[in-house]
Amino acid sequence: MPRTISLLSRQAPLASAEHQRATLTALPLAREFGDAAQAAGAWPLRPHAIATLQINVGKLCNQTCRHCHVDAGPDRQEMMSRETMALCLRALASTTIPAVDITGGAPELNPHFRWLVEQATAMGRHVMDRCNLTVLTTAGQADLPEFFARHRVEVVASLPHYRATNTDRQRGDGVYEKSIAALKRLNEAGYGDGRSRLRLVLVTNPVGAYLPPSQASLEAEWKRELLRLHGVAFDALYCITNMPISRYLEWLIESDNLAAYMERLVTAFNPSTVSGLMCRDTLSVGWDGLLYDCDFNQMLDLGVDAASARHIRDFDPAALATRSIVVGRHCFGCTAGAGSSCGGSLAS
Amino acid sequence: MSDHYYDAHDLPHFPDIGNNAPDLAKKFFEWYGAVFADGALSAREKSLIALAVAHAVQCPYCIDAYSKDALEKGSDLDQMTEAVHVAAAIRGGASLVHGVQMRKHTERVGM
Repeated sequence: MPRTISLLSRQAPLASAEHQRATLTALPLAREFGDAAQAAGAWPLRPHAIATLQINVGKLCNQTCRHCHVDAGPDRQEMMSRETMALCLRALASTTIPAVDITGGAPELNPHFRWLVEQATAMGRHVMDRCNLTVLTTAGQADLPEFFARHRVEVVASLPHYRATNTDRQRGDGVYEKSIAALKRLNEAGYGDGRSRLRLVLVTNPVGAYLPPSQASLEAEWKRELLRLHGVAFDALYCITNMPISRYLEWLIESDNLAAYMERLVTAFNPSTVSGLMCRDTLSVGWDGLLYDCDFNQMLDLGVDAASARHIRDFDPAALATRSIVVGRHCFGCTAGAGSSCGGSLAS
Repeated sequence: MSDHYYDAHDLPHFPDIGNNAPDLAKKFFEWYGAVFADGALSAREKSLIALAVAHAVQCPYCIDAYSKDALEKGSDLDQMTEAVHVAAAIRGGASLVHGVQMRKHTERVGM
């Protein structure tokens, strides 16, 4: 059964990012990520222009999923303030970064979430919301589909499977039923019909220690089955690899799968994924304003390698452009098989 | 040499079969790979068929490989279990349908 509280509340050693990094470092692996990237002709790993500002607005969540790399949950208090959001908006205004990717936790539970969306969309930026779906069924959030539609927010929603078994195993009992109800509400608001500009993406990640399925192969089947089973429509399916971080790392250890899973990630290294890694065109902002190359580095306390621009208040695109991307063994999760990113697979 | 016929660590050595008769092995593995690609059937459907056949031929290597492969292709345990039931139904049915032969034999010699 899913755990009901976070690593932090349980005072588990893995609540410490340093402990997580040490756990990964202690594993006997055939090679390091830097060696693999070098062999792929991409070392040191350099950023392209920033295409997405990914803002993690906090760790509060109404769910406590077993695979969560954020260690989010109802007991987490870390929350981005409106002042820090304003700094993010100031950074956006000083650039032409086209996309804003809002994540958490359940980002909608941040009391300033809607203000952030309104401000970013008013600046003409494309806004994505990483939605766990069930948040739409919580108190005070019933009008979220209409809010999203009004601001043309792209909804990127988590659903492990189009059937109930695996969804509830990963995310908690009853989550599937609520998720389907939320998807129907999004459809009613105009999402997922393939004609309007209201884009609804579903994200699936494995419920266990294995790689995700082929995105191209499965999307048609998911569309057919969700329509057949529930009359639900959506636009695209992203298949994402689970990262050996936080609660998923804990599960890998407890189920005695960690060594084999890491070996699988390393042996499945796909050089063709390196050019499209999300860390190369994304800048990740933590709830406290600190900057990272990606949300995974954020959870491992691996800040950007740019001494003069480590916080959003010091945002300096020129300084950030010359940095090397910080990598670790967890990065094999983004390069295994077809690759993985917040936008799904990286290679066919 | 292990003291039992099946060893889980043997599976990664499958390609070693190509150390002899390499041309035949090359043809087999190329064909094998092509069989499981997306086609008129999806790779997920093919993986479920493989899982069912693995149970029908009772190959522990294949059951190991295709239990994981079916998950990685996007099936869940309910779907995989139904596939195994299909294999079991055909195996059981194959036995039972031979009862027609039994009946014919008994009819021929019986009063």
